[in-house]
Amino acid sequence: MSSSILGRSGFHGLRALAVAALALGVAALGTGVAQAKTNAKEPQEVSFSFEGPFGRFDQAELQRGFKVYAEVCSACHSMNLLSYRDLAQPGGPFWDPKHPNISPAESPYAKAIAAQYKVPDIDPDTGDVIQRPATAADRFKAPFANEAAARAANGGALPPDLSVIARAREGGPAYIYSLLLGYEEAPAGMTVPDGKYYNPYMAGDMSSYWKGAKDKVPEGGFIAMARQLVDDRVQFDDKTPSTAANEAHAVATFLAWAADPHQVERKQTGIAVMLFLLVFTLLTYLSYRQIWRNVSH
Amino acid sequence: MSGHSKYEPKTGFERWLDVRLPIVRMAYDTAIDFPTPKNLNYWWTFGGILAVCLVIQIVTGVVLAMHYVANAGLAFNSVEHIMRDVNHGWMIRYIHANGASMFFLAVYVHIARGLYYGSYKAPREILWLLGCVIYLLMMATAFMGYVLPWGQMSYYGAVVITNLFSAFDNVIPGVGTAITTWLWGGFAVDNATLNRFFSLHYLLPFMIAGVVGLHIWALHVPGNNNPVGVDVKSKEDTVPFHPYYTVKDGFAILVFLLLFSWFVFFAPEALGHADNQVMANPLATPSHIVPEWYFLPFYAILRAVPDKLFGVLGMFGAIAMLFALPWLDTSKVRSMRYRPTARWFFFLFIAATLGLGWCGGKLPDDVVIPIGRDAVTGDPTGFTVVMLSRVLAVYYFAYFIAVLPLLGLFEKTLPVPDTISTPVLPKGGAAMLSGATASPEKKG
Ligand code: HEC
Ligand code: HEM
Repeated sequence: MSSSILGRSGFHGLRALAVAALALGVAALGTGVAQAKTNAKEPQEVSFSFEGPFGRFDQAELQRGFKVYAEVCSACHSMNLLSYRDLAQPGGPFWDPKHPNISPAESPYAKAIAAQYKVPDIDPDTGDVIQRPATAADRFKAPFANEAAARAANGGALPPDLSVIARAREGGPAYIYSLLLGYEEAPAGMTVPDGKYYNPYMAGDMSSYWKGAKDKVPEGGFIAMARQLVDDRVQFDDKTPSTAANEAHAVATFLAWAADPHQVERKQTGIAVMLFLLVFTLLTYLSYRQIWRNVSH
Repeated sequence: MSGHSKYEPKTGFERWLDVRLPIVRMAYDTAIDFPTPKNLNYWWTFGGILAVCLVIQIVTGVVLAMHYVANAGLAFNSVEHIMRDVNHGWMIRYIHANGASMFFLAVYVHIARGLYYGSYKAPREILWLLGCVIYLLMMATAFMGYVLPWGQMSYYGAVVITNLFSAFDNVIPGVGTAITTWLWGGFAVDNATLNRFFSLHYLLPFMIAGVVGLHIWALHVPGNNNPVGVDVKSKEDTVPFHPYYTVKDGFAILVFLLLFSWFVFFAPEALGHADNQVMANPLATPSHIVPEWYFLPFYAILRAVPDKLFGVLGMFGAIAMLFALPWLDTSKVRSMRYRPTARWFFFLFIAATLGLGWCGGKLPDDVVIPIGRDAVTGDPTGFTVVMLSRVLAVYYFAYFIAVLPLLGLFEKTLPVPDTISTPVLPKGGAAMLSGATASPEKKG
C-alpha cells in the first residue's frame, strides 16, 4: 500500500512543480505581451548561428560584422563599452584558438586593429592634448567628441551607442537586421518629415503625419538614420557575396556578440549545469523513494 | 509537540559545548529530530526552496556589491563591467537578477499553500504574520534592487513608485511632497536616491534573514500544519525531519534549481525588460513603464482606482488583507480539502490574482473585448483592461472581507479525518469534524 501512495504523492509533487513553472510562464507571457505594444512590424524571421542552447558564433561572420561596423556604422555610432582587445578575447571575432595563452591585450590582431586609430590623450611631459595611436587596451574610438557634436552632425538626432543595442531592443539581432534592410517608400498619404525616413520596423507615432483613416495608420515609424546598407557597400575579405542582406546579417551577429560576449560560454556552462542537476535530482529522487518506502502516509 | 530534546552529545567537545552553548542541540532539535507530519505534500517543500533562494540572493549580492558602483553616472556601466570583465560576473549577475523572480515565484506558491490549507489559523497566526512581514521586506528589497542597474525601467520604476506617496498631499497638503522629497534625498530621483536604495538593498535581506529565524521559531512551537489540517495526535502521525524531509525537500529544491538554471543560462533576460538595457535618461520617458512581473497584480489594482490616493490605499490594502486574514476566516476547518465550496472561491481567487497580473502588464485603455469603434478616431472601444482590473480587484477584496468571513458560518464541510494516520472511512464512517478544528490543541 505504501508504495502506491508514494507513487501518487510523487506524481502530485511533479504536478505541483509543473503548475508553478506554468504560472511563471504565464507571468512571463503577460509581460512579454505588454512589451510588444507598439505599432511597429514584427521583426523578420531570420535565423542566427548562435540561437538556442547549442548555438555558437560563426567566427568568420563576426569578423565580417566587425568590418561592417568599422567601415559603416562607426562613422556615427560609438561602442563605448568595448576595447580593441575584447575583439581577441575567447569567443571573439579575432580570438586565436591556436594561441590560447596570448592575452587579448597582446593579440597581434587586436594591436593591429587598434593601431589604425588615433585617440586623444594628454602628453605627460607638456600636458598638451595630443592624438596618439590607440593601443589594444583603448576603448573603440568614438566618432564624435560629445553628444552635442553627434546631434549636430545628425540633424538633431543622437545615434545611440551600439555596445548593448542587441539587448536593448525587443527582438535583438533580428530587429537590427530587419531595421537595416526594412527601408521602403512611405505609403501614399504619409508625409515624411525632413531628415527622417520611413521604416516599418521602427517604433513610433506617425498619426499626425497620416492623411488616411485614424485606425489605418500604417505600421512603423520615422527614423533619423538613412538607409546604410546596400549591395557592395562593404567588400568582405572571404568569399561571402557583399549583398545588403549578408552585410546586415553579419553586423547584427557582431552586435549580438558585443552585447553579450559571454553567451556561448554561458550556454555551454548551462548544459553542464543542467546535466549535473539532472543526475543529482534523479539520485535524490531514488533516495527519497528508498527512505520513504516503509512509511504509509 | 516540540517535546523533550533527544540530543545526546557524542564527543567530549560536544558535551563541553552543550553545557555552555547548546547550539548543536538546537540545530539537532530543529533540523534533524523535529517531528514532522508524515503527510506533507510537495507544496510544503517551498519553505526549504525559499531558504535556498535567500541564501543565493545574499551570496550573489555580496559578490555583486564588490564590483558595483552606486553612482548615477557610473552604475549602469559598472553592471556592464560585471557582465563583461569580472570573472563569471555574467553568471553571478544573472543568478541574482533571475533569483529575485524565482524567489517571488516560490513565495507566491508558499503563500497560496497557506491560503489553501488554512495554515494561517490558530495556533499559527504569528507564524503567518511573520511570513507577511518577510513578503513585505522582499518587495521593498526587490524594488530597490531593480533600481540599482540604473536603466530606463529602474529609473522610471523608482519615479512612479516614489511619486505614489505624493498622493498624501490630498489628505494633508504638503505632506505627500515632503515624504517624496525625504525618500529621494532631493527634489527628484537622482544620485542620492540611488545611494540610499543601495544601502537599504544591502541591509534589508539581512533583516529578512532575521525575520526568517523568528518565522522558523514560530513554526516550531505548534509544528507544521498538513494537508489534512488536523493536529498531530501521536507519534504515529509524524516522522523525524531528517532524513524524511531533508531528502524530500532536497529533491524539490533540485527540481526548482533546474528551472532556475534554465532561466539563468538559456533565457537570462526573458523575465526582464529590454528598456532596462538603456541607461537611465530623465529626459526620455519610455512609452510604457511596467514593473517586474511579480508586482503586476498590485500595479493593476493601483491603476484600477481612478483616484490616486485611493489607488495607493487599494494597493497597500491588498497586502494588508493578508495580514488580517487569520481573523477574517471564520471557518473551523483548516484544509480546503474538506471545504468544497470555499475551494471554488479559492481557485477563483488565484485566477483573479493571475488575471490582475495580466492586466498590470497591459495599457489601461487596451480593449479586452471589442464592442464598437470610436466615431472620431476609429479606435476599437469596449471592455477595457482597466474595467477588467476593477472586476478582478473587487473579487480580490471580496474574497477576504466577504467570502471567507461569511462562508465559514454557513458552508457545509465534508467529514474530516480524526487523525493524520486514520484516513476518512469510505462511506458513513465514524469520521468526525471535531478533530480538525482550529482551536488550540492539547499538545500530543
Ligand atoms: C550617418 C550616420 C549613421 C550611420 C552611418 C549609421 N547610423 Fe544608425 N543611427 C543613426 C542615427 C542618427 C540614429 C538615431 C535615429 C533616431 O533616433 O531616429 C541611428 C539609430 C540606429 C539604431 C537604433 C534604432 C532604434 O531602434 O532606435 C540602430 C540599431 C542603428 N542605428 C544601427 C546602425 C548600424 C548597424 C549601422 C551600420 C550598418 C548604422 N546604424 C549606421 C545614424 C547612423
Ligand atoms: C532578498 C534578497 C534579494 C533580492 C530579492 C534582491 C533583488 C535584486 C534585484 C531584483 C536586482 C536587480 C537585478 C537586475 O535586474 O539587474 C538586484 C540588484 C543588485 N543587488 Fe540584490 N537582492 C537581494 C539581496 C541582495 C544582497 C544581500 C546584496 C548585497 C549584499 C545585493 C546586492 C545587489 C547589487 C550590488 C545589485 C546591482 C547589480 C545588478 O543590478 O545586477 N542584493 N537585487
